[in-house]
Amino acid sequence: MTGTLTFAATLFVAGPERHRGHVFGGVILLVVAVVIVVLLVQRFRNRKPIAEGSPTALSHSTSQAHGNGNGNVATVTVSALTLDTPPPSGRYTLIDLARSEWTKMRTVRSTMWTIVVTVALGLGVSAIATAETRANWSTMSPSSIHSFDPISLSLIGTFIAQFAIGVLGVLVVSAEYSTGTVRAVFCAAPHRRSVLLAKILVFTVVAVVVAEFVSFASFLLGQSLLSSPAIHATLATPGALGAVVGCGLYISALGLLGLGLAMIIRHSAAAISTFVGILLILPILVQALPNSIAVDVRRFMPDRIGADMIKANGSNVFSPWVGFLILVGYVVAANVIGAILLTRRDA
Amino acid sequence: MIEAEGLTKHYGTKVAVDNLSFSVRPGVVTGFLGPNGSGKSTTMRMIMGLDYPTRGQVKVNGKSFYDAHWPLREVGALLEARAIHPGRSARAHLLMLAQTSRLPKRRVDDLLELVGLSAVADQRAGRFSLGMGQRLGIAAALLGDPGVLLFDEPVNGLDPDGIRWVRHLLKGLASDGRTVFVSSHLMSEMALTADEVIIIGRGHLIEQTSIDGLLSRSSMQSVRVRSPQIDALRVALEELGATTDSEDDGSLTVRGVDEAAIGDLAGSRGIVLHELSPQTASLEEAFMELTEGSLEYRGAELSEAPLTDGTPS
Repeated sequence: MTGTLTFAATLFVAGPERHRGHVFGGVILLVVAVVIVVLLVQRFRNRKPIAEGSPTALSHSTSQAHGNGNGNVATVTVSALTLDTPPPSGRYTLIDLARSEWTKMRTVRSTMWTIVVTVALGLGVSAIATAETRANWSTMSPSSIHSFDPISLSLIGTFIAQFAIGVLGVLVVSAEYSTGTVRAVFCAAPHRRSVLLAKILVFTVVAVVVAEFVSFASFLLGQSLLSSPAIHATLATPGALGAVVGCGLYISALGLLGLGLAMIIRHSAAAISTFVGILLILPILVQALPNSIAVDVRRFMPDRIGADMIKANGSNVFSPWVGFLILVGYVVAANVIGAILLTRRDA
Repeated sequence: MIEAEGLTKHYGTKVAVDNLSFSVRPGVVTGFLGPNGSGKSTTMRMIMGLDYPTRGQVKVNGKSFYDAHWPLREVGALLEARAIHPGRSARAHLLMLAQTSRLPKRRVDDLLELVGLSAVADQRAGRFSLGMGQRLGIAAALLGDPGVLLFDEPVNGLDPDGIRWVRHLLKGLASDGRTVFVSSHLMSEMALTADEVIIIGRGHLIEQTSIDGLLSRSSMQSVRVRSPQIDALRVALEELGATTDSEDDGSLTVRGVDEAAIGDLAGSRGIVLHELSPQTASLEEAFMELTEGSLEYRGAELSEAPLTDGTPS
């Protein structure tokens, strides 16, 4: 995998005139390639119509007496449906609901695809960026070498991976509304806030595992691509471990932000647009404000907090962990509003 | 047992269900009848706690459904045929539901077998036909072997065999002592399945009655009479207080007296009868009569006036 990505990275940055434009061009090509692969896979999947089964013939000792004139049905009794285990004591718990949420997550393809895209984009973009820097190292000016931060460069894929995981966060909620699954679930578990809490717990575990994997893998891959003479870091470099762990937490938090937004908005397209808008459009709008205000507002934006979290040191407006707490505040706010609306609105 | 008391639901200014009170008892199939848009689905959604009543309350086995300890073991519901993620398999759909009420995994296999979906249990549900989706929904409702069952239009999309199967299933469930509440806009279907009916129109309760009671209503009973002396017979019948309608084929439809009284009358007056046949109104007609004036979406009456383009001729 490393080899492939390095090859892809060098492919994008090859050529005599190398500059940053190549990185963005490469990212766009990568995104397009992933989308095309997904679409092709969908297109060529086996779509043969499936055979209809027929239900088991039912009969019942007394049902013949109802005589509706077509009673020639074989002899499987309705008692076939009788559940022989007595109900456990107590009532359904968060653990039962979490088990159900995990089943839901692992049994749709969109989960696997968004995770694959998160990992591929996160790693791929970091690989391209570090490989390009290494290739240009000899032509870099002393001042840019002086300000060079190998840690944040290797985690640069975060800014693409966050969109994929945000989509996953949105989909685990909005797909239930668009398909009606949520109604079936609430008929089986009428305590809606418990259902939401179970969903948040399960999603958090999945998101943290995936995001920390992307983060650590990007860092290790990126640093190996930044071979000497380029400056590179190890996990033992001061601040490196914090930045890598923080990067994973940042990505996870954005997934949960997507989940919270979807609880409020309930439609996939609208929730994804809002999520992307917060990360891409809002910063542009803020820059239109007078400079004195813009700077103060800008540092509260999630993407800026994330940019600070992946640095080992430097011009942080908030220390990384204060920034992270602010981000957690946004996530909690979105999910609390979502939970309130969940129990106020008809499902 | 399902008991609704003054159940009311407003969507904005539109009143979907208006002060609806009824009870559904165990051991029989209770049909829930009404024209499209009369509030049947909304009522069922309120029973399951999906929609919140604007006023009133509904209890299942004496308590709100929110207080169920193991919801799937207490109430099973088929509310929407396709409340299924199209990318999830039938097995996974049932499993994730079963897990909420801590039901054993083999229960899922048993029900897939029962509804005849075992062979396609691992296929994506998006490829299912409407009938297969309906059967999966029925399996979901039966997962926890509940004592109370709700089915919203369960035979929609089923083939004749499937319809017969559902009819049989509903009766079997009721004769096991379960509470079975089934909505339909088709009176003919309910006539074959239900023992009792709750009829609503525009969100109002019109009547809760037995199917037999509905049919034996006097206004629904008539007698068709043919006679070469039809005019004399009509005069005699009207003297007796019956109402009569002349039909296009020359026969007379008589309401208000039974066939024995008509026969006696004709005999005593020396009137020859060529036909004397009691007519039972179809349930369809009984239903139309009851819901008259409460059709939410009535087709526009066809006007006698020719359609013009608005220009004077």
